[in-house]
Amino acid sequence: MSEEQEMIRVEHLNKSFGELHVLKDIDLTVKESDVVVLIGASGSGKSTLLRCLNFLEMKNSGSIIIGGEQIEKKSHDLNKIRQKVGMVFQHFNLFPHKTVIENVIEAPTQVKGVKKSEAIKEGKALLDKVGLGDKYDVYPSKLSGGQKQRVAIARALAMKPDVMLFDEPTSALDPELVNEVLTTMKELAEEGMTMVVVTHEMGFAREVADWVVYMHEGRIVEYGHPDEIFNEPKEQRTKDFLSSVL
Amino acid sequence: MEDILHFFDVFISSYHVFLDGLWITLKLSVVSLLIAIVIGLFVALLKISNIKILEWIADAYIWIVRGTPLIVQIFILYYGLTDILLIPMFWAGAAGLAFHSGAYIAEIIRGAIQSIDKGQREAGLSLGMNKGLTMKRIILPQAFRRAVPSLGNQFIIGIKDSSLVSFIGMQDLFGVASTMGSNSFDYLPYYVTVAVYYLLIVLLLTFIVNKIEKRLAVSD
Ligand SMILES: Nc1ncnc2c1ncn2[C@@H]1O[C@H](COP(=O)(O)OP(=O)(O)OP(=O)(O)O)[C@@H](O)[C@H]1O
Ligand SMILES: [Mg+2]
Repeated sequence: MSEEQEMIRVEHLNKSFGELHVLKDIDLTVKESDVVVLIGASGSGKSTLLRCLNFLEMKNSGSIIIGGEQIEKKSHDLNKIRQKVGMVFQHFNLFPHKTVIENVIEAPTQVKGVKKSEAIKEGKALLDKVGLGDKYDVYPSKLSGGQKQRVAIARALAMKPDVMLFDEPTSALDPELVNEVLTTMKELAEEGMTMVVVTHEMGFAREVADWVVYMHEGRIVEYGHPDEIFNEPKEQRTKDFLSSVL
Repeated sequence: MEDILHFFDVFISSYHVFLDGLWITLKLSVVSLLIAIVIGLFVALLKISNIKILEWIADAYIWIVRGTPLIVQIFILYYGLTDILLIPMFWAGAAGLAFHSGAYIAEIIRGAIQSIDKGQREAGLSLGMNKGLTMKRIILPQAFRRAVPSLGNQFIIGIKDSSLVSFIGMQDLFGVASTMGSNSFDYLPYYVTVAVYYLLIVLLLTFIVNKIEKRLAVSD
């Protein structure tokens, strides 16, 4: 794929929960190796948008195009799509009954049929990369929040996804543990991983994002490079939001 | 005093017959528990299937089991089934007990499944695992761990309930006590003896369940 290749394209996406219209006519394009950061107030629909991208939520209308193909529940095996779209959750969601390495090799061995020895080798390399080389055999309950989140990142990477989605990956962490996770994410971005990140860490957005998307009440209000959004936002609502969080 | 000595006399002299009964009670309880867990798992999955007709079937089964006495269920299964196909008494008893416990275990397992954080399912799905695989590899192992205390409790109830099979003629612990009592016209010491056997089994089982619980708690 060339640098300009489209990874995800969302067109006229609408999503409601019953009467509640949560996503309103969303258009968004994510190119390969882009890091797109979604910001916005609580309830503005950031998580819902992210979850529509890996079909944990089903859109009501519009299209979601991944790797050039329009994905529909009827015509596609969503499990296949999700293998290519990794997700990291606010609350880690590690499997508590499995050790760190078992967490990491679970999907490659069970879904892709990778040989266990091979999966362990690759899994250890990933854990080394996120700085957890000495924690293969412990259970998640023995880890700090920051370590848990790095295991979760390694677990998602083990499926060799094309895109990684992060939903407030540092919001559940003690302040002193936030940086270790952000550092891991930054390294991932530098390696060229395509990432869509919901975060309240404006420093990360400023430094790592290629694009920043500001959402308000289910709409994308403003979209631009971090300099533009943070230094000279065009929309009053963006200004108000930024002054409330910075 | 004399009564107490007499009881000890009965308790000690009858042990070989009671051991036969004990063996039947244990075999019956374990076999019916295993079948009941299979039934319970199946019915629990029906109940959370989100498919109306399957949920109805599960509800109907649970309703029937809860709404009728166990002794009636055993009699219907034993006399009903033996009319259609000749099944040995042991299996009729085991089937009756399993049919009964299955409903309670279904509710235990369903509760345990639903108590697992929904993030676990989402994590499985987000890794590309399908629903079945996520259920089997991620949700159920955690649900079973969580259900151990309740399953142990249900097993204890099952052991005591199994005494009802004596009414279809099985020589389980209680069957032995009844037979010995009526043969000797000396009921009380035999019933006290059998009570002691049940107490000891339940004591041992409680101990084992606690041990398993502790072992499983290590990874949490
Ligand atoms: N499963 C659901 N059922 C009903 N309503 C939902 C559901 N998920 C989200 N919502 C509602 O949709 C709206 C958008 O929620 P969403 O979680 O996407 O917001 P968010 O921008 O991620 O907020 P936060 O910063 O608090 O995480 C909220 O009003 C929320 O209550
Ligand atoms: Mg959110």
